[in-house]
Amino acid sequence: MIRVQNLIKTFGDVTAVAGITFDVHPGEIFAFLGPNGAGKTTTIQMLTTLLRPTSGSITLDGLDPSARPLDARRRFGIVFQDPSLDHELTAYENMDLHGVLYHVPRKVRTERIQVLLTLFELWDRRGDRVKTFSGGMKRRLEIARGLLHTPKILFLDEPTLGLDPQSRNQLWTHVKHLNETEGVTVFLTTHYMDEAERVAHRIAIIDHGRIVAQGSPQELRQQTGTDSLEQAFLALTGTSIRDESAGSADQMRQMARMWRK
Amino acid sequence: MEVVFALWLREVKRYLRSRAQVVASLGQPLMYLLVLGFGLGPVFEKAGQGNYLQFVAPGVIGMTILFSSIFSGAGLLWDRQFGFLKETLVAPVPRIQIMAGRTLGGATTSLFQGTLVLVVCLLAGFRPHDLGGVFLGLLFMALVAVVFAALGTIIGAGLKDMQGFQLVMNFLVMPIFFLSGALYPLSNLPPALTVLTRLDPLSYGVDGLRGAFIDQWHFGVVTDLAVLGVLAAIFLALGARAFSRIQV
Repeated sequence: MIRVQNLIKTFGDVTAVAGITFDVHPGEIFAFLGPNGAGKTTTIQMLTTLLRPTSGSITLDGLDPSARPLDARRRFGIVFQDPSLDHELTAYENMDLHGVLYHVPRKVRTERIQVLLTLFELWDRRGDRVKTFSGGMKRRLEIARGLLHTPKILFLDEPTLGLDPQSRNQLWTHVKHLNETEGVTVFLTTHYMDEAERVAHRIAIIDHGRIVAQGSPQELRQQTGTDSLEQAFLALTGTSIRDESAGSADQMRQMARMWRK
Repeated sequence: MEVVFALWLREVKRYLRSRAQVVASLGQPLMYLLVLGFGLGPVFEKAGQGNYLQFVAPGVIGMTILFSSIFSGAGLLWDRQFGFLKETLVAPVPRIQIMAGRTLGGATTSLFQGTLVLVVCLLAGFRPHDLGGVFLGLLFMALVAVVFAALGTIIGAGLKDMQGFQLVMNFLVMPIFFLSGALYPLSNLPPALTVLTRLDPLSYGVDGLRGAFIDQWHFGVVTDLAVLGVLAAIFLALGARAFSRIQV
């Protein structure tokens, strides 16, 4: 379903992704794990046509996303790591606009919006503008929105960041359900190893832009001689803490926060 | 079509919801209209050019549309920083539709804003020469709005942060305003200034507005319509191109 070969992305002198190769099979839940700054998000951005690779090849359901971006986009849905809601619109309007963008017919759209907003306990607040929402509520809305249409491939970039355990549980139950009933292929990243262990069929661990290990959770444990995925992860990527430099987006957000108060 | 409409509607909703901003953006035109309008009035009249308020009102309307169109394009910058841009960029929709919805939405809200300023001008004592002229004036307002909303999109697609926008404001948008003849007549200028004013797209917009509202033409209605129409087409095409190349 997804085939990546020797994928490289450099920004000036910085190499974010340094030649990775992997395959995701149809109907699989594939977890892409790594410390901060390892290249996970950059990889997802290349897979989802937001960035053009420096070199290497990507095939998404048989298509090259950089050559036929529109056809590729018809095949996937994504929940971003960063916020991507319109704060001036209400929760319902954000959902509805997404439905229009993904050509979900009006009737189905109305039904599914109600189901999903109810599932993530936002239905009562559907008429409120997103800017009045708490961080957790925004996150829930973002996930509900990502599940509004049923794509062939679903990308989840750290979807559970900032979610309470209840919502997390809802999310993974729903994702597993989609995977089992509709055969949706799922490509996810997360920092919570227990989640990856719970849902993923296969895992790739990336560090410094390179894939350092691949396999089922069990295989990774055996390979490193550890008894949890968390320990396997630490054994593979070391215990030092990574820092990401703040991009201009983060700086702007900080500035905007200053102005609002 | 549904996508274009949905994104157009988004721009309009955002505009209608930011009432404080609507009022705030009336401040600058009001200053030009009232302070300059009445302040320079006596000198202008002594120079034999007639009523300055009548003269400057179409220029102030043009200015309002210029600024609010360019700002709507810069909205792209905010959407980029707050992430909503990504949501539209990964959608299975041709980017040209996304660009069209946004740009037309931006043009529409600038037209609202321009109309609001027109009403304020009327209250301040501005008198168009006839009713037909007002309709022609609205057509010119719409054209100016489309031209600069498209230019705003081109700019917004290329900008990464707010500092870049300041640069564009000071070295592109302000000169476009000051060279457009919004504040002074374009006849009998020094040669260098004559050349620059003729290169300024807004000159044709302001001339069209002034012609339509108070029947004072510098270039003439055909030239104004032709230049603005061609520029709108070119800027929309360039905007679509710029938009299709955006990476996050």
